[in-house]
Amino acid sequence: MGAQLRVYKRRIKSVTATKKITRAMEMIAASRIIKAQRKVAASEPYASELTRAVTAVAQGSDAKHPLLTEAEQPKRAAVLLITSDRGLAGGYNSNAIKGAEQLNERLAAEGKEVVSYIVGSKGVAYYGFRNRPVKESFTGFTDNPTYADAKAVAAPLIEAVQTETAEGGVDELHIVYTEFISMMTQTAVDARMLPLSFGEGGTGPQPGGGKGVLPLYDFEPSAEDVLDALLPRYVESRVYNALLQAAASKHAATRRAMKSATDNAEELIKSLTRLANAARQADITQEISEIVGGASALADANAGSDR
Amino acid sequence: MAELHVELVAADRKVWSGEASLVVARTSSGDIGVMPGHQPLLGVLESGPVTIRTTGESGGGTVVAAVHGGFISFADNQLSLLAEVAELTDEIDVERAERALEDAKSKADEDAEKRADVRLRAVTAAR
Repeated sequence: MGAQLRVYKRRIKSVTATKKITRAMEMIAASRIIKAQRKVAASEPYASELTRAVTAVAQGSDAKHPLLTEAEQPKRAAVLLITSDRGLAGGYNSNAIKGAEQLNERLAAEGKEVVSYIVGSKGVAYYGFRNRPVKESFTGFTDNPTYADAKAVAAPLIEAVQTETAEGGVDELHIVYTEFISMMTQTAVDARMLPLSFGEGGTGPQPGGGKGVLPLYDFEPSAEDVLDALLPRYVESRVYNALLQAAASKHAATRRAMKSATDNAEELIKSLTRLANAARQADITQEISEIVGGASALADANAGSDR
Repeated sequence: MAELHVELVAADRKVWSGEASLVVARTSSGDIGVMPGHQPLLGVLESGPVTIRTTGESGGGTVVAAVHGGFISFADNQLSLLAEVAELTDEIDVERAERALEDAKSKADEDAEKRADVRLRAVTAAR
């Protein structure tokens, strides 16, 4: 076998092995999307009921809660960025990080100091490499987040919001995550969680839900106490929803990336097979011409000696 | 008879939904019973059993759930019970809860003790 042919054969073999791996990863991601989507759907009732309750209290009472009113001069804003722990997901992580960068710039332009909270080791690595300060980071659960994880992420955020600005607290709470729109489309979005904004277009569970005027509620024990208890739960549920959507998006992005990797491997195998065939044909042609050449040289030599 | 529609949802799933004639839950200022036509209400729930007296095709019955903190909201005959963790008594493993209670007591883990206690109380209330 010709040397050229052997090289091609070896490359085909290695690409085939890679293709098998990417195909398997594609399948795994595909099955996980469904599971993740189901979790998003399962968390929906709680999130929407909670949002309705928050809206009811916020509109139905004159309570001046620090979490509802905008600071006159917001000085510090917390940004929670949700990335994944693992790569191989195409532009998923870089899009989310880019979204956070844009938000950070916008907040900085408004004169606010940005405090970063990060979920997922990809985001942590990005900030670590650039020596950016990160207030807190969380890793290890991005593929399959539970409500307990969301609570752990939300706890320092809630604490920061409840702290006075002068003592290092924050005035605003933003979240950057990848919204799962469909199997094919996921976009990085940023949303302001606190202070609450009503009737503003955006993503995630929206207060109001287009239900019109809400009835006058009787609060038990009091509007302030209800609000105090509600808002942390609201933040947790928003974080949970964002984590779930981000996980679904990550799996969808992985699936897409692995699908194109598999397609590329197929393409590569096809062209390598063509090249290998051509090399084999060239080998054969050369051998034939060598034989023919050798035979005719022999014939010529014999003819010479006969004379 | 008037009915109210009840949705009992935990953070990660819908636990129970259906029609009921009375719902009794514990708020921070005491037990509260909600019947159809109650004034719109929004309250903070304490950990404890929630009793739902059901109506509907299956006839009258009682559903009891262990709720670990949360909210009750009622308006337009729609009652929602929101809890971070909620379990129906059918889902509670009594032996496990009893073991957990013993465990928590010996370790002086107040949260775990409370959780196990709420589960057991809910089971007792359902009987």
